[in-house]
Amino acid sequence: MSTKFLIDNAKLIELSINENAEEIEKLDQEIGDGDHIFNVQRGIKLVIDLEPTIKDLPMSKALNTIAMKVLSGIGGSSGALFGTLFMTLAKGKNIDSGVDFNKSVEIFYDAVQAVKMRGKADIGEKTMMDVLIPVANTLKELNQKEESMETILNKVIEVAREGMLSTKELIATKGRASFLGERAKGHIDPGARSSQIMITTVCESVINS
Amino acid sequence: MKKFMNNADDFLNESLQGFKMAHSDIVNVHFDPSFITRSSKTKEGKVALISGGGSGHEPMHGGLVGFGMLDAACPGYVFSAPTPDQMVAASEAVDSGAGVLFIVKNYSGDIMNFEMGAEMLTGKSATVLTNDDVAVEDSSFTTGRRGVAATVLVEKIVGSLAETGASLKECKTLGDKVNKNSGTMGVAFSSCTVPAAGKPTFDLGLDEIEFGVGIHGEPGRRREKIKSSKEITDEMLEAIMEDLKPENNEELLLFVNGMGGTPLLELYLIFDNAMKYIESKNLKVSKSLVGNYCTSLEMQGASITLTKLDGEIVKHWESPVHTAAMRWGM
Repeated sequence: MSTKFLIDNAKLIELSINENAEEIEKLDQEIGDGDHIFNVQRGIKLVIDLEPTIKDLPMSKALNTIAMKVLSGIGGSSGALFGTLFMTLAKGKNIDSGVDFNKSVEIFYDAVQAVKMRGKADIGEKTMMDVLIPVANTLKELNQKEESMETILNKVIEVAREGMLSTKELIATKGRASFLGERAKGHIDPGARSSQIMITTVCESVINS
Repeated sequence: MKKFMNNADDFLNESLQGFKMAHSDIVNVHFDPSFITRSSKTKEGKVALISGGGSGHEPMHGGLVGFGMLDAACPGYVFSAPTPDQMVAASEAVDSGAGVLFIVKNYSGDIMNFEMGAEMLTGKSATVLTNDDVAVEDSSFTTGRRGVAATVLVEKIVGSLAETGASLKECKTLGDKVNKNSGTMGVAFSSCTVPAAGKPTFDLGLDEIEFGVGIHGEPGRRREKIKSSKEITDEMLEAIMEDLKPENNEELLLFVNGMGGTPLLELYLIFDNAMKYIESKNLKVSKSLVGNYCTSLEMQGASITLTKLDGEIVKHWESPVHTAAMRWGM
């Protein structure tokens, strides 16, 4: 993995998020306050705009620059959570001497744990953690079993989709939707949907590269 | 969407510029990152009070910066939490060494960002979390109730205590007490439009009201047909009383807050209806506040807050205050 990988994937994510923007916005208006899609789009644009700044930086500095930009540029829960994600990725051991698939799995797993702590949310609470936690667990487990990268990533795409769909029948206990109680039932969580799109985009780009 | 706006990206900054120039005797506004401070430095040994949250609730919080209330406010984008760099910069600007008390409304985005800001600070800090909204029950499986209009009261009352040179711990204790003594219930008659979104946050029929609405237009307890002010007011107060359980003859502060699009003429009418209900319950309103303090952009609607009073709270409620939005005694 290189800083080029980060920027290239941010650009791919921008395309797939834009394609689904209306759906995400609608989900958020049903159970949130309607601002999630703007935060996500603003955040992705901020990362893409960092290209000239980070393209020649070591991985740790590049990720930390992204973290600070996301933190200050997005705001809201998304800013804090994605800021925490990138800040933890940046702290990954020895990442400046190269990031292979094993290393990626390891630092992503740790980053998801940090996001879980920051948001104080677990699986089953109708948030993006219903996607991120199963994805991190699947990556770690299958990688330990030494499955092929393609098998692992295809499984991750499947798990992310299942996680996203599982939020539909959940009652929210965290995030804005929690203020709705029963009324949020029957609606997919917008944060779970947007993170599932991001995960799927990155997995597909790695598989196809 | 019809708004006084040039473009959505400059919306907040242009408003902050105007606020800075209009109230240059009271406040200063800093940019990159944005925060509002008093025009004068924090007195040596005084605990600095900092609040913040998404914009769109004006005058809360920028309009509450000044003598007797906040030392700084961090405005986020419209309905989006401010970011940790804003809290760090504001703290560095106003901490006199006595510490920083953050006053944070219970919304997950606000909590996470203030938490990260506090972690990045080198000085000492404490946080008062407000959660006065009784609309959505505090059950075992919620992140808790929302922090809404009582935040204004907390900022006034703790702001007064901080001026006396009280410690960080004393300020936090009083803030927690005022929050605990307060209950709020809101009703929306119309939706509101976030500038970047361009269309209303939710749909509400011409003859419908959202009972228990949140300050971003988040749905509340139920949607129902419009009825008389007396019926609505009674229902709002019933919900608050059920939660607050004031004792017979207990003294209360009654705060009727406009959401931004309801005229004062109606807010005073609500106050009249509320007074009649409260008196019928053998309770006494001895302090009052009516106006648009914790708003939701152009939303039509109002919230009612009741706060149980004691000698300490009354003293700090009455004390002088001089901010852009609230001024008495000086």
